[in-house]
Amino acid sequence: MTCSGTIGILAVVALILALAIPLGGYIYRVFTGQKSFLEPVYAPIERVIYKLVGINPSTDMDWKGYVKVWLLVQFVMAIFVYLIFTLQGRLPLNPDGIKGMSWDLAFNTAASFITNTNWQSYAGEQSMSYLGQMVAITYLQFTSAAAGVVAVIAFIRGIVANKGKTLGNFWVDYIKVHTRILLPLAFIFAVAFVGLGLPETLQGAQIVHTLQGGTQTISRGPVASLEAIKQLGTNGGGYFNANSAHPYEDPRAITTVLEILAMALIPAALIATFGKFIGDRKQAVVLYVFLTGLLLLGAFTIYASETSGNPILQHVLGISGQNMEGKEVRFGESLSSIFTAVTTAFTTGAVNNMHDSLTPLGGMVPIVFMMFNSVFGGIGVGLLNILMFLIIAVFLSGLMVGRTPEIFGKKIEAREIKLATAAMLVHPFVILVPTAIAIVTRAGTSSILNPGLHGFSEVLYAFTSGAANNGSAFAGLNGNTVFYNVAIGLVMLFGRYVSIVAMFAMAGSLVSKSVMPKTVGTLKTNTYSFGAVFLAVVIIVGALTFFPAVAVGPIGEQLQMLAGQVTQ
Amino acid sequence: MINLWRSLRFLVVSVALLGLIYPLIVTGIGQLLFPYQANGSMVKLNGRVVGSILIAQAVTNPGLFHPRPSAVSYSANGSGGSNLGPTTPALIREVKNNIQAVEQQNPGTPVSSIPPDMVESSGSGLDPDISIQNAMIQVPRISKATGLSRRDLITLINQDKRGRFLGIWGEPMVNVMQLNLGIEKLLGR
Repeated sequence: MTCSGTIGILAVVALILALAIPLGGYIYRVFTGQKSFLEPVYAPIERVIYKLVGINPSTDMDWKGYVKVWLLVQFVMAIFVYLIFTLQGRLPLNPDGIKGMSWDLAFNTAASFITNTNWQSYAGEQSMSYLGQMVAITYLQFTSAAAGVVAVIAFIRGIVANKGKTLGNFWVDYIKVHTRILLPLAFIFAVAFVGLGLPETLQGAQIVHTLQGGTQTISRGPVASLEAIKQLGTNGGGYFNANSAHPYEDPRAITTVLEILAMALIPAALIATFGKFIGDRKQAVVLYVFLTGLLLLGAFTIYASETSGNPILQHVLGISGQNMEGKEVRFGESLSSIFTAVTTAFTTGAVNNMHDSLTPLGGMVPIVFMMFNSVFGGIGVGLLNILMFLIIAVFLSGLMVGRTPEIFGKKIEAREIKLATAAMLVHPFVILVPTAIAIVTRAGTSSILNPGLHGFSEVLYAFTSGAANNGSAFAGLNGNTVFYNVAIGLVMLFGRYVSIVAMFAMAGSLVSKSVMPKTVGTLKTNTYSFGAVFLAVVIIVGALTFFPAVAVGPIGEQLQMLAGQVTQ
Repeated sequence: MINLWRSLRFLVVSVALLGLIYPLIVTGIGQLLFPYQANGSMVKLNGRVVGSILIAQAVTNPGLFHPRPSAVSYSANGSGGSNLGPTTPALIREVKNNIQAVEQQNPGTPVSSIPPDMVESSGSGLDPDISIQNAMIQVPRISKATGLSRRDLITLINQDKRGRFLGIWGEPMVNVMQLNLGIEKLLGR
């Protein structure tokens, strides 16, 4: 660890918070129908879209109406991109002559991008045409992010309404996320990215004659436009196989800082948006303090572990110093560590270093962050998970002091707790059960690259990443088999839709309740002591359910590495 | 049913806006304002495209700087790392082979002076940069092979060296393509 590296990490986190908090206020104004200074630009465009889609923006929907259209529109998109993936070989904008995907790979990829996961069983430069990168990948990187945002906004409306019925108009919310938040931000980032070195071209791969007389085929394409929304929408699905470790996706230290900022921006902003909605700034501050603390704890754990390096290499071969396997020189250890922490805390899944080659402790942090799934979390869904944990924390606190639990003035009753528990339990279920199945079947173990405990971590990482809708990988595992394509495809779908639909249902029951006035007996949720209870719930639920798996994987391997033992 | 119809109409409108208009506008602006970057930062020598400043290429010629080891043999249409874990025997073998290669090409280099980036594979397999120490170790070999003086080569490294961005982000490093183009220039090729 160096002084400049430490300051570098702290500066990145400070930058995130400094920009996210004002953005949160802006997002609040968007969803409360307030006018933007760009209203003369936005309003006419939105009116045209409303007309083309055929919707009436002044009607509101109850939770069932909202969630039905929310699901339907995503289903239609999934079918569309499935067709693009299988047929791309015969479609235009394919200068490198890439073939269509097999059914299982196309299913996995469609499920992956519709759920905002961006798990990639394919290598972009070899298996995705320019058309696919644009109208399927870049496209879903917008729409899946927007689906997450509107889900949490609808839920918050359910919390703040007093004996209400409706959660807003899905179409209006969904279109505004695109026109007023994602598109303008993506456009700014994309143009900046081109200026900083990311390619943006429709020309096919360039064949060059190298300095010593060989040839090299250099893949390129419309990279910058994808990269911007890949990060902003906490998607993470790279243009190239090496993702943000590839110099065309992330050519400099400053681009990686911008990419970290982009992926953290909106999920961090939504905490402030939430504070505005409930009219309680302190609630947002408490959440920021605890979540930022967890994020920094994770980032510095990775940083310390990676800079102390691999003792086996030191003892056996005499190579001392930091672990550079799978890392890029231009980022160094500190920007690699904070990227790894942010990409899993905010469940983006982009990587600027290969997580499979991290030291065991360094690799444990991303796994644990994805298991928590709420250290800020993915776009929209992260806050939804935080709210779910808050409700469970309030319920547990209510049990301890023996009073009816309530949060933000709403009584928490049996129905809410059942739904919150369902939303919470689906996560460990779809991680641990498929991991166990994979470990005892040949179809599961034959894809493993690294032997021993590390191999177990590869499988655990894959299903954790799928369930958390993260998408990063211990990429030594060969995911492009029928078994993993189908299994991870299903895990991604269950991991996303079961919990979000349960939260929609809870919003439906919360919206009709009356807001009770605060009394001296009300449990205050905007205090640091309640923040600690919240943190304890997240950690206890995470630790108790997942500890055995983490002990067998990264913790076991760390002890093995410290003992200097190579896997036999 | 009405919502299915709306969803299909939304699909058409949104694919056009987000999947075509947005990337094509960025492509247009990129090609107009930053044509060099937008087409992949390709560099030329004597009028011929010899590679990209951002992409490492295979160099085994003793008279040029060598990039970091690549798990994918520098294939710029198939990027990737080794994905080898820290306790895996294959990692030990890989690093051992890389150390032997460094020692063979740069005789007299003590193992303890070899920086990790010189013998551990990069994440992309295409890392265009090396650490300063890595470059310095290669100086005697290049000097011997090309006849350029060590001092000239060290001056070249110092000219091309890039520090941390704002003093806090990244690591001091040097771009291999830039160094090698510098050597070609010094040799008048």
